[in-house]
Parts: sequence; C-alpha cells; structure tokens
Amino acid sequence: MLTKKLLPLPLCLLVLILSPASHAHDDMPLFHAFRLELDAGESRDNESVANWNLDGWIGGDDNKLWLKSEGAVIGHNTESSENWAMVSRNVATFWDVQAGVRYDNKPESTAYVVAGVTGLAPYHFETEAHFFASDEGDVSFRLREEKDFLFTQKMILQPFLEFNVFAQDVKELDVGSGLSDANIGLQLRYEITRKIAPYIEVSYDSLFGDTADMADAKGEHTSDSTITAGIRLMF
Amino acid sequence: MIRSYANSLGLLWVLLSWLLPMSSQAAEYQLDIRKEIVNVTGKPLKKVTVNHSMPAPTLWWTEGEDVVVHVTNHMDEPSSVHWHGIMLPGYMDGVKGLNNYPGIEPGQTFTYRFTVRQSGTYWYHSHTNGQEQDGLFGALIIRPKGIDPVHADREHVVMFSDFSEEDASAIHAHLKMSSDYYNHARRTVGDFFQDVSDNGFKLAWQHASDWGSMRMSPTDLADVSGYTFLINGKTSQQNWTGTFKPGETVRLHMINASAMSFYDVRILDSENKRLKMTVVQADGRNVEPLPVDEFRFGVAETYDVLVQPAEAKAYTIVAEPIDRTGFAIGTLAPKEGMKGLMPEQRPRALLTMADMGDMDMGDMDHSKMSEEEMADMMAQMRSGWAKTGAPRGDKLLSYSNLKFLGEQQDLRTAEREIIVTLGGNMERYIWTMNGKTEMEAEPIALRFGERVKLTFVNETMMAHPMHLHGMFVQLDNGQPAGKLPDKSVVIVAPGKSYSVLLTADESGEWAFHCHLLYHMASGMMNKVVVAKLDGKDSHALEKVTEGKGDGHAH
Repeated sequence: MLTKKLLPLPLCLLVLILSPASHAHDDMPLFHAFRLELDAGESRDNESVANWNLDGWIGGDDNKLWLKSEGAVIGHNTESSENWAMVSRNVATFWDVQAGVRYDNKPESTAYVVAGVTGLAPYHFETEAHFFASDEGDVSFRLREEKDFLFTQKMILQPFLEFNVFAQDVKELDVGSGLSDANIGLQLRYEITRKIAPYIEVSYDSLFGDTADMADAKGEHTSDSTITAGIRLMF
Repeated sequence: MIRSYANSLGLLWVLLSWLLPMSSQAAEYQLDIRKEIVNVTGKPLKKVTVNHSMPAPTLWWTEGEDVVVHVTNHMDEPSSVHWHGIMLPGYMDGVKGLNNYPGIEPGQTFTYRFTVRQSGTYWYHSHTNGQEQDGLFGALIIRPKGIDPVHADREHVVMFSDFSEEDASAIHAHLKMSSDYYNHARRTVGDFFQDVSDNGFKLAWQHASDWGSMRMSPTDLADVSGYTFLINGKTSQQNWTGTFKPGETVRLHMINASAMSFYDVRILDSENKRLKMTVVQADGRNVEPLPVDEFRFGVAETYDVLVQPAEAKAYTIVAEPIDRTGFAIGTLAPKEGMKGLMPEQRPRALLTMADMGDMDMGDMDHSKMSEEEMADMMAQMRSGWAKTGAPRGDKLLSYSNLKFLGEQQDLRTAEREIIVTLGGNMERYIWTMNGKTEMEAEPIALRFGERVKLTFVNETMMAHPMHLHGMFVQLDNGQPAGKLPDKSVVIVAPGKSYSVLLTADESGEWAFHCHLLYHMASGMMNKVVVAKLDGKDSHALEKVTEGKGDGHAH
C-alpha cells in the first residue's frame, strides 16, 4: 500500500529541515511554537467527549517542520485521530506554503499527501487551507478560520470555523462528494500567562449533502454539539 | 604567514608590557566576564557580570591614551566586548566575524590595544548573542586631552537600562513564537466601543478596518515588556542618587544602555516643574549648548546635559519608557537618602496612519467629509509615536536643533546617495535592511575617503536606532554644512525617512545595525566595508589585520 511508502517521508522532511545546508548560518538558532489544547466535556446526547489538538512548528525564518495531531474520543472510542508532518516554507509576509503527509489511525487507517497554505489573512483571520490525496486516490479539501476578540488582555474569545469538501464519495469514511461536514464554535480562554490558558468551548458539527443522507440512512445523527473545558498550552 | 607573524608580534608586545613599566600614557585594565547570581527584582537570577558587577564598571579614559584592556571570559559560552562609538582599528571593534576578530571563547583572554582618539560619553557592551541584555554593558567616559569646552562643577554618570528576569535567549524565542507575546496593551472589544462612543461608528469601524486590513496593530510600540528600568543598575526603590551643592553646575553623562527601551527623559523639581537641561554633547560629540525640558532617548544614544539645581531639595530624574510600562527613577539631591516628587504615568500613545507611512490621503474627497472626519484625518496624519504627552510649551529636543560645536572638517556634499530601507515582518519577527536579513545581505562597499549620503527609509511602524560602528555620521538636519552634528546612533521614526552624511575615513568592516537587540538578532544588521584601495574587501581587511595583530588569545 501507498501508506508504507509515504511513512518515511516525514523523517526525510525532518532531516531536510534540520540539516545545516538548509540554513546558511551556523549561529542561526532553531525556534519553535506549539499550541496544545486538551479538553473534555459532554455532547448533546450526554456522551463524554475528549479532544486533543497539537499544532506547531520547529525551524527557522524560511523553513519549518510543521506538526499537527488532533483527535476526539467519544465514550470509550477514539473516533478520529490525525497526525500530520509537513515542510512549511515562508513565501510571503503572512503566508507559508506547506507540503507533507497526514496519517489517520481513526476512523480508518488512511495515509494522505497534503499540500496547502497557512497564514494570517487580512483582518487577522488565522487561516489554514489544505488539499489531501489519500492512498486510495481520493481528493479532499479542508479550510479552517479562527480569529481572536479580546475582552481584556487575558480574556479572549475565539470563534472558529472548519469544513471539509470531498471530490468524490469515499465509502470507507461514509462520506459523499461535495461539502461533507462543518464545525463551528466559540472558545473562551483566560490567559493566566501567554503560555497557559484554561478555556471553555462550545462547538457545533453538522453533516451535509450525501454525507448527511448516508448518516440518516444508518439512523445516525447528522448534527451534534458539544461543550468542553480544557487547557491550552503554548511552548 | 602575515597573520602568524602578526600574532608573534602581538605576543612580543605582551611580554614587553609585562617586563617594562607602563608609560604614563598607557593604562591597563582587566575585565573578567562571569555568569553570577544577581538580585535586582528580589529574585536571585544568573546574569552576566563584569568584575563581579552588573552593570559593568565605568571606565574613565583620557584622549590620547594608549589603552590596554584584557578581557577574560569565565563563562561557558563565547563572548565579546565592543566599544560603542569609538574610532579604532577594526580588529579591536569586537564584532565576531568582522576584521578577523575572533570573539572570546570560554576560558580565553582577548587583549584590546588602541590609541584613544576622541573624548566624550560612550559605553561598551557584548556583541555576542543577548549578553548585552543579560548584563554585559558599562559606561565609558573619555576626558578630553586639553581644556574641556564644557565647564561643570561636578559630574555623574546616569546610565539607563532595562532589566528582565528572563534571559535574552528566552525573550527572543518568545518573540519568534508570537510577536505580540509581550504586548499587554492590545486593542480590545471595549476599546472599539470606546472609539465608537468617542468618534461614532463610522470612524471607529474605519480605524479598526484600516489596521485589520494591514494585519497590524496600533499598540505596537515596544516589542518586549516586563522590564524593570534601572539607573546605574539601581531600581526606582533603590533610588540612585547623585549629589550636588545648590547652585552648582552638574554634568550628567546620560547613556541609554537598554536593549529595547526608548525613554522620555525629564528632571522634576519639588513643584513638579521641569529642571532645564542644557544638552552639550550627543553620542560623545560636543554640540552647541541647547536648553531643553525633555528629550526622547533612543536605545544606545548618549547625551551629556548640564543642570543647575538651585535649591537644597531633591530633584527626580524621570525616564519613562514609551510604552509607559514603568519608570527609571533616580534623584539629584544635596545628600543621599532624599527622594523627590514621584511622577504620574503618562498615557500610552496609539500609533496612527502616519506611523505606517500611509500619508496618501490626497485622493480622498475632502469636500464630502464631515467635520469629525476631517479632524480625524488630521489626527491620523500626526505621528502617534512622536506624541510624548509633555505639557504644552515644553521644549523638547529635536535632531534639527543640534549643532556641531566648532566647525566640521569635511564640508563636501555627498558624491552619491545610498538608500537603506528598514523593513520587517512583525508577524514572524524578521527584521531587514534593504529587504534582506544579515545572513542574506550584501555589504555596503565604500571607497576610502568617499563622502556619501545614507538615506534611511523606515517602512515599519517602529522607530529604529540605527548604529554604525567605527565612524560618526552627520545628521542632515538642515543646519549649515559646518554645523551638522555628529552621531553614531540615529533614530529613524516609524514610517519616516531620514538622511545622514558619512565620510568613509576609517578602513575596515563596520557593523551597521538597528540597536534594538532583538531586531539585530532577527536580521536587522549589515556591514559597511571601507576599502583603502579600489579593489575588494580583502584589501581593507589586510590593511587592518597586518598592522594591528596585537590582540591575542591565551
């Protein structure tokens, strides 16, 4: 399978970024910025939910190794688990282009090739847009937007929006082509320090189009909402 | 071959200096750099000391002296000492990688030897990593050989610095992690509604969208906060005090040895009136006496001022950082232990469109504007950065009023103009000169003896104190050619351009950088190479290293 061929790629990327050749000056320090969010709470159906989300980079001004890991545990089952490794290259003041791999353990073991951009859009919208091609040849797209509103220097409200679009039906994932699902929410955090911030988050998920129809046919919900509390760490 | 010959010559020099008693014209100094526990804020912290002191000891030299300074590095990381504002052979300037200066490795000693060719108020500091922030800086006062044109009954060094509990490397890492990591005055939702109630929804929305569309913040005055501001290493509570007798003329050697902090400096008497300061020197060079009530003090600048406190009372030296996050406070008093008036914090300024360099308002249809919109436009066209909050009628120091004391030697106009664009990417905390970071930059090459005009074009929203090593520049400040003042640090205000003239009369490779420490560390640095011959840089290099191979490493 393609998965096996893809897996060594992140390692190669890591070597590439950390190798001296990729930064001309030996005094050039490596910097990093990671955000880790861990939260737990309940869904509308009183099921327990827990989420993790790691997002960040290590590298220099121009080239970075970008890592992401996110997933959700509902009840006792890991519903989703994604792990990404990308090379991120600064191409414009506010933008990086990225390429790499993503490997999902759940809901199905699937490997993807990723290409996309991340950066800050006008009016301070933190933006991520990525295309994926799976090892089965399926193509999809994801967009995520978030923006901070400061009530005080420490109390910050962050609305966010994320959606997925598929180019074709993917039976294994119970996904139909077109807009498959979207997630909107609000996170209210309190920055005790810039690095430590407890938060509460409400989030609403909805399935759309053929994806929603498939869920309907199986007798599953096409939407869900959760309320969670957690902690956000920066390091 | 040349180098090893030079090295052995250097060794011979040292042997000779050990064997022969020092002539009256040469003084020898020993500086020992260590990492030691210091306690400034109540929390013991490991910082950089020189001769067990932070800040480093004040050095008093005399013009014409042949100084010999042995600097020993007892730390486990490389170090260096750079003589800020001093004209000397490039090899002695103390910047690793330039003029073959090797830096000072752990356990090593480097001996600086040069003839002091100038007088005035300067300072010295590490040019390695963030050691300057971490404590390696000290005052350097050079007395003139002849009669000092400035008469004073007594003198004090007043050196401002910004102390952080964090190490410089941590601060740099945090800025790279999030460039607004230290900004605790960001615009809030409440600020927006305040703006709505002050200016109406339309203008408030326009302000927010002007800044939002550019992905910038009007609160971006200083990149680092959390500092404790010090005078001569003392906190406001510890209250550094300079004594005087009423009626005396007191000369204050003021040095801004801060890593990142600009200040508004004033001296208050017991009735909250400003004590007149007469500026007599800027960056170590004499200027025609200029009385002021207050001045904005750029990072790495020095000013000598004369004051005449008439009453037997305490006067308060107030240095207020431009982001208004505290004060450096000291006292002038007839005796120790007195304390004067405490100032009130002035409001923090908000940047305007003028600080963005966005003055292109000509295409607006003014006739359609309401009175409020007109007033707002005028306000946006005035720099927020330059707003000090000083009482109306106070005389503030302006570069345009500085005049060289005496007559400049070189009255030539510039043969060519070199544009130096100051740029940056605040989002990623990358700072550039002519669009390039230090690592990518092409050096600026000058012919020996050439007269050039350097024009800084500041495309960022921050002021940059631009510093050239090894040579003074003359501010192109509108004074007659013979009166243009010398400076070694030039503040270039946000969104503005500023020109200086330079006679390239010191050969070598000279560091040319923003003196905000983390701007320099994030790329805002280049070098100016002055070549004696028309050939390549190496010619200049050889000239410098051949003759002056008298530094050595044990």
